[in-house]
Amino acid sequence: MPDQITMRVARYRPEQEDTPTFDEYDVPLRKDWAVLDGLNYIKDELDGTLSYRWSCRMGICGSCGATVNGEPKLTCATFLTDYAPGPVRIEPLANFPIIRDLVVELTDFMHKLGKVRPWIIRDEEQTVEEGEYLQTPAELEEYKQFSMCINCMLCYSACPVYGLDPEFLGPAAIALAQRYNLDSRDEGADERLTVLSQPEGVWGCTYVGECSRACPKGVDPAGAIQRYKLTAATAAVKSLLMPWGRR
Amino acid sequence: MNAWHDVIIVGGGGAGLRAAIAVAETDPSLSVAVVSKVYPMRSHTVSAEGGAAGAIRSDDSLDEHAYDTVSGGDWLCDQDAVEAFVVEAPRELLRLEHWGCPWSREADGHIAVRPFGGMKKMRTWFAADKTGFHLLHTLFQTSLKYPSITRYDEWQVTRLLVDEGRVCGVVALELMSGRIEAITGKAVILATGGCGRIFPFTTNAAIKTGDGMALAYWAGAALKDMEFVQYHPTGLPFTGILITEAARAEGGWLLNKDGYRYLQDYNLGKPEPGPVLRSMELGPRDRLSQAFVHEVEKGRTIDSPYGPVVHLDLRHLGAKVIDSKLPFVRELCHKYENIDPVHELVPVRPVVHYMMGGVHTDIHGATGLPGLYAAGEVACVSINGANRLGSNSLPELLVFGARAGQAAALYAVDAAPPPAAVEAQAADEARRLERDLLGRGAGRERISTIRSQMQSIMEDAAGIYRDGDTLAKAADKLRELRERAASATIDDASRTFNTELTAALELTAMIDLAETMVHSALHREESRGAHQRTDFPARDDERFLAHSMAYREPAGSPRIEHLPVTITRWPPGERVYGR
Repeated sequence: MPDQITMRVARYRPEQEDTPTFDEYDVPLRKDWAVLDGLNYIKDELDGTLSYRWSCRMGICGSCGATVNGEPKLTCATFLTDYAPGPVRIEPLANFPIIRDLVVELTDFMHKLGKVRPWIIRDEEQTVEEGEYLQTPAELEEYKQFSMCINCMLCYSACPVYGLDPEFLGPAAIALAQRYNLDSRDEGADERLTVLSQPEGVWGCTYVGECSRACPKGVDPAGAIQRYKLTAATAAVKSLLMPWGRR
Repeated sequence: MNAWHDVIIVGGGGAGLRAAIAVAETDPSLSVAVVSKVYPMRSHTVSAEGGAAGAIRSDDSLDEHAYDTVSGGDWLCDQDAVEAFVVEAPRELLRLEHWGCPWSREADGHIAVRPFGGMKKMRTWFAADKTGFHLLHTLFQTSLKYPSITRYDEWQVTRLLVDEGRVCGVVALELMSGRIEAITGKAVILATGGCGRIFPFTTNAAIKTGDGMALAYWAGAALKDMEFVQYHPTGLPFTGILITEAARAEGGWLLNKDGYRYLQDYNLGKPEPGPVLRSMELGPRDRLSQAFVHEVEKGRTIDSPYGPVVHLDLRHLGAKVIDSKLPFVRELCHKYENIDPVHELVPVRPVVHYMMGGVHTDIHGATGLPGLYAAGEVACVSINGANRLGSNSLPELLVFGARAGQAAALYAVDAAPPPAAVEAQAADEARRLERDLLGRGAGRERISTIRSQMQSIMEDAAGIYRDGDTLAKAADKLRELRERAASATIDDASRTFNTELTAALELTAMIDLAETMVHSALHREESRGAHQRTDFPARDDERFLAHSMAYREPAGSPRIEHLPVTITRWPPGERVYGR
């Protein structure tokens, strides 16, 4: 194994340049170094002006997504040796406006997250004194998978629909809506239907499935979307047949 | 544009979000700001794994939870705070359940609990081994339903605005645009978490640089018990990634190089095949980390490229238990050590994990400064005393986050609006950032050079065992580092997402906090909990049944005073484990 690897890192400094360029850095190639360790080496030893996000370095905070050799990855959970002998190319996540270097803007996603009403909605709320809502392990299993999303944005970066139509609600937001819809404690599915059943809701998805392949946490947003299309279609038919009734 | 809110919360992790919801529910007409240097779901609460303690079983009691906490903290806990904590912890955990937290369940649908270190009863609620992740996302998603909460995501607070001792706002830097703004208000709640990054080997995320502790200290508030730093006994070598205590609670063993369960040699009980509460691997973290040091001295640890390690053995638990109760442990071992704990031993070593100390508050989260509150790891209330028990920190941030939110809301209703004079302070701070930092350019040395030196000074002087000489020398070295940090290189002059500027700000905070730790440790001439002095090996209740209070002196270094511990029902006694 060579003892160095070249990292080609996308740079974009809006005060200096109109379009992104690349800078090359040679970093030590060590067995247990993640791509993030390489970026930190650059920042600490070679070039203090490189900007990127990171925090937990254990694949749970969702900060450090970037495009590594063309694929969306968590840089803390992707290892340099997998790209030896290099060079390895690091770019910001695709489909988002670039703020600076590897830092992309997430404002649009943060707005969409709130739109799907991701909280427990009930007709009547139980008091704390009455204890917990019972939920069997099987009921927990129904939605558990969709509660594992870390909002890392890899799925949005992989999604060709979001790339073409920024209005599309997108994989993580829809999966989160389903996480609450499928929770036995929740009664808010009707409220979420209006958002999800719009053209830029689930119907925007053409079922490419790239989102589920990109997910580092084993969430299957594509499955959530397909499953919800059936729910939305059934609701639409019902409202045609029984326009006076509850959905 | 200068913004105004009734209550300003600095930090968007568990404590900050819980406080925000508490303000919104106490008085929906109050406007709340959550100002965080990261998006809330990136906050370090996300990394907590094992669980959250709250007595709910019929065979458990609030008094037993309180006693475990007080004895675990080596009697340095304030017992009025502990009593409030154990009552409210289960209520807060239930509230989280109602908000959707996916707690693990019994077959009949009730909340499941697991054993945990230093706890005599099973009372730790858990969401597999991603409890902090689920708790944080539940709080964040729930917070979205309150229209009175406004978020300032990726805004780094650099100063508190203080008028004649009263805190009435913050100055913050918006990372995306580089704008520097005053956000004024009636009350400020600090909820920025800990400062593990002061040490070289830590479970803490990159953002844990003690910003809130430093903000309070600079504004004149006291930092309490800063010498008490928790080493978690099981971190992965190199990365420092946490392997949760739940791994031992489910039955994992700690083995030395001879395959021997060495904890039996350290007054922690006799080895049994299954987990025994308050015994062996389920002893408290301070005692387990100290035992590791003795194993190193005896030559009974295993050498690794990253120093001595011992082994965590989970093999006898089997794939089924590991996959259902500890899936994240398996994932982390696989990813970062390339091993499978179902079949292989996991190398581990003690790792800096948690600050028992922090901003001094009363049981309502109020600091000594009017208008300033603190909750969670940034604060020291103190329920953790000289050593925190595992699974007490998540309920702590809920209980005291809620209390601080309620107290700040009530204060804000009656408080006068901030005086116009603070505008001048905000302008001064903006000038400091622009001229002294953004305009600095090439200095004598890199930020990372000074940071590494600080970390190695702290590991040598303020680690698991300490002594007076080393601490005194460290105090001198840190004073010198503080001066050098003021002229470190900042090559990046950009306004846009300048992470070299933020690293410089964080370094300044960490060096000042490191000084408070070293000075507090030097003054405490005894051994208690996580503070072990080789030159004063015994606990000394006569002189030191008291909190250390660090105040910033005008010249920069801290002055240490003492404050008596509040004892209500549990007079100081012996800490007994394993029998």
